Amino acid sequence: MTTPTYTRADFQTDQEVRWCPGCGDYTILASVQNFMAEMGLPKEKIVFVSGIGCSSRFPYYMNTYGMHTIHGRAPAIATGLAASRPDLSVWVVTGDGDALSIGGNHLIHALRRNINIKILLFNNQIYGLTKGQYSPTSELGKRTKSSPMGAIDWPFNPVALALGAEATFVARTLDMDRPLTQKILERAYRHQGAAFIEIYQNCNVFNDKAFIELTGKEERVHNRIDLRHGEPIVFGPDQVKAVVLRDGRAQVVDRASVDPAEILVHDETRPDPTIAFALAQLSHGPHGPTPIGIFRDAPRATYERLMADQIVDAQQRSGAGDLAALLRSGGTWEVE
Amino acid sequence: MSDTTATVNDESEQQTQTAELDRVVIRLAGDSGDGMQVAGSRFTDASAAFGNDLATLPSFPAEIRAPAGTLPGVSSFQVQIADFDILTAGDQPDVLVAMNPAALKANLADLRQGGTLIVNTEAFNERNLAKAGYESNPLEDGSLEGYRVIKVPMESLTKEAVKDSGVKGRDVLRSKNFFALGLLAWLFHRPQEPTLQWVEQKFASRPEVVKANVSAFKAGYNFGVTTEATKVTYLVKPAHLPPGTYTNVTGNTALAWGLIAAAHAAKLPLFYGSYPITPASDILHELARRKNFGVRTFQAEDEIAAVGATIGAAFGGALAVTGTSGPGLALKSEGISLAVMTELPMVIVDVQRGGPSTGLPTKPEQTDLLFALYGRHGESPLPVLAAASPSDAFDVAIEAARIALKYMTPVLLLSDNLIANGSEPWRLPAIEDLPDISVPFATEPNGPDGRFMPYLRDVHTFARPWAIPGTPGLEHRLGGLEKEAITGNVSYDPANHQLMTDSRAWKIANIASDIAPVEVEGDDDASLLVLGWGSTLGSIRAAARRARNRGHKVATAHLRYLNPFPENLEDVLRSFEMILVPELNTGQLRRLLRAEYLIDSEGLNKVAGVPFKVAEVEDKILEMLKR
Repeated sequence: MTTPTYTRADFQTDQEVRWCPGCGDYTILASVQNFMAEMGLPKEKIVFVSGIGCSSRFPYYMNTYGMHTIHGRAPAIATGLAASRPDLSVWVVTGDGDALSIGGNHLIHALRRNINIKILLFNNQIYGLTKGQYSPTSELGKRTKSSPMGAIDWPFNPVALALGAEATFVARTLDMDRPLTQKILERAYRHQGAAFIEIYQNCNVFNDKAFIELTGKEERVHNRIDLRHGEPIVFGPDQVKAVVLRDGRAQVVDRASVDPAEILVHDETRPDPTIAFALAQLSHGPHGPTPIGIFRDAPRATYERLMADQIVDAQQRSGAGDLAALLRSGGTWEVE
Repeated sequence: MSDTTATVNDESEQQTQTAELDRVVIRLAGDSGDGMQVAGSRFTDASAAFGNDLATLPSFPAEIRAPAGTLPGVSSFQVQIADFDILTAGDQPDVLVAMNPAALKANLADLRQGGTLIVNTEAFNERNLAKAGYESNPLEDGSLEGYRVIKVPMESLTKEAVKDSGVKGRDVLRSKNFFALGLLAWLFHRPQEPTLQWVEQKFASRPEVVKANVSAFKAGYNFGVTTEATKVTYLVKPAHLPPGTYTNVTGNTALAWGLIAAAHAAKLPLFYGSYPITPASDILHELARRKNFGVRTFQAEDEIAAVGATIGAAFGGALAVTGTSGPGLALKSEGISLAVMTELPMVIVDVQRGGPSTGLPTKPEQTDLLFALYGRHGESPLPVLAAASPSDAFDVAIEAARIALKYMTPVLLLSDNLIANGSEPWRLPAIEDLPDISVPFATEPNGPDGRFMPYLRDVHTFARPWAIPGTPGLEHRLGGLEKEAITGNVSYDPANHQLMTDSRAWKIANIASDIAPVEVEGDDDASLLVLGWGSTLGSIRAAARRARNRGHKVATAHLRYLNPFPENLEDVLRSFEMILVPELNTGQLRRLLRAEYLIDSEGLNKVAGVPFKVAEVEDKILEMLKR
């Protein structure tokens, strides 16, 4: 089969995009469409499944197969599709409320099963479509319409949650960083199994500048820790900061103060997620030094492969199903 | 086969006479760990092999092992065998086997006066009597007068029988159900072979267990022969059933096989997404064993994920099915609405149980009918079908799939705990007679400029095309937001929402023209019609037959289609002076009939977690006919 040649326009639909002007979702949509065009995957093989929320309008704007479903359930629906159709490339688009609040159960189970679906979680730390209530990733003390005295819910750290569910691919990127997003999308696509990508996404209407410490010109150089496989984890102006493992956790230190051998070398492929989890705990939310990039890309058998293997195995052992024999399998008698 | 077993062939049996019965009801009762379901099933299969017609009614506690010896821990299995076509498992046992005092106490009231009682005397010790709440031993205080009591020291006889088998310790007494079964085999002239063969296959990997169970079974049989446990043994001759190959099948198994057959007939792979729930789990178990048919079973993290995965599989082009019971159906409600909106084909099985809430998980009710029809938000109609007996579940599963695929709609299939776990002989259908229910996927654009219109409906069925991912040029987006007619684009237009609401309703209503009319059975010149649906079929038909035998005229009819109703239903209802609707709910079908046709009917309603006795329905029929 020849690889189709596409441009971004091939993935655009005739539907008017209805996010608020200035929304981070526009940039993510452009990154995804560009990535799809470059990947050259036949677009009839691509399916976008979403739940409910601003981000979940995404499938309407992708000229592929798609389903905009119900709140929180996209991973479950995508699981049924991917399990029965391993030939498809199935993508889930979700948000912090959709994936982590109402749909939390489906998210962790999809990740632990390692079903071949790619989950893009647009994290804007707020409920946008219902007009501005705090979300499961809003910071403690966040004042919103539903938390006028400040939120008292301890927030989730989505990357840590995914690693806790032993997801085999976990990454974080920023809506504005299109090259990094496209690179991570490609890696996620090539990964066999479930991929979880947290995308910090600015909601300029209800939670503007939530990620300013990682995106602002002044701030980002101090706070953005770029994870690169096989390289020591260093960051900051002139890379004066480093990450080490001490006292059972990851810590930021002055690079000059440590033996270079002590600096943690990033390894995405570690079978054990413990160190990736420690990295995820460097920041609890987009504040202060925060790792960006691929935390983990470790292989494990995929759910749909194990399922298909069992079918082949059963057919080899018992032969292809014989309906007449099935109906007689409980013993029969003849009446003349 | 029948004649040889009836012949007296052992000297010691010469004192024993054989009486012929046309039917008999036997109930085995014991602790939930006593193996009563196994013993009952084995007796049933031996009777099936012998050629009787039969029907079974298992009853067990929701707890896996309730405290031993207590009333809540009692498990029982009732079977009626007959030399004619019977319709139910019987109202009253003629024979009761009680393995302990609790089993006696829980079941004695049901035993027919003068019936035979077989008791395991050694379980009637002080401790067990106290646990069952007996102040004195009923075996000694005269309270069992009026019954024919066969006292058997079953435990010491079993121990003696299995002493050379290699089975040790507590496992020794586990064979006592086979002792009881052996005694019943003698008492009712059952062939021994089916049971012995089953034991050898079932426990093939544990030869000591085979030996113990076979020894206990033979000891029970010989106990009857040598002690002349009763003066009379019984013979129920084979029934005259229509010729064919028969098997004995439970409703859950038949339903699972029906789904496999439907996938075969639709030329589609079967996907079954489910979360374990009593009494539907056996459908999942059976399908999970059948992967060689290409069946994909998905044990989901919850009921919502189960219906979600089923929707995903339907989008992908599978014959997609989810199964549950009432509490799970409640959780699936939002997902089913999405299936209504996206107009994807799937079957949702609800094996009804006692409710509300956790209710009576192992008991039958018909209380989800209105929930099945209306338990969704918005105007979201879908077809509702009900199985009427264990073997009928096979046919209804295929019919539900046919409607789902042809009309691109979720279909709700109602079973209940009585059908699910009950069994009956089933004359096997010929595979080549299965209907072709395949529906072609869309492969070409259907709109102007080579565009695909996912909501351009078929002019006859109003079904929208089914275009599955992987089909070039037909890329489209479905979703829960209201769809514009034809294009499927999101639309908030008032006129469009009215049109789509009406289209969805009309599509389902129109199915009435594509289903079998309701048939009247019995006397069509009768003044009374007894109308039912679901598992009450047997009780209703048997009651009507008894009333006819008393010289009355009665007609019956049974609904497989609860939504839409068959087109001729109104005419049928109007042709009778009186209508009786027996239901295991508070009158849900009756309410639907009144709403639909402004026709009143009388209810016979029971919500006790047990099926109708034939006599209850018969009494009501006779009462109405006296007016």
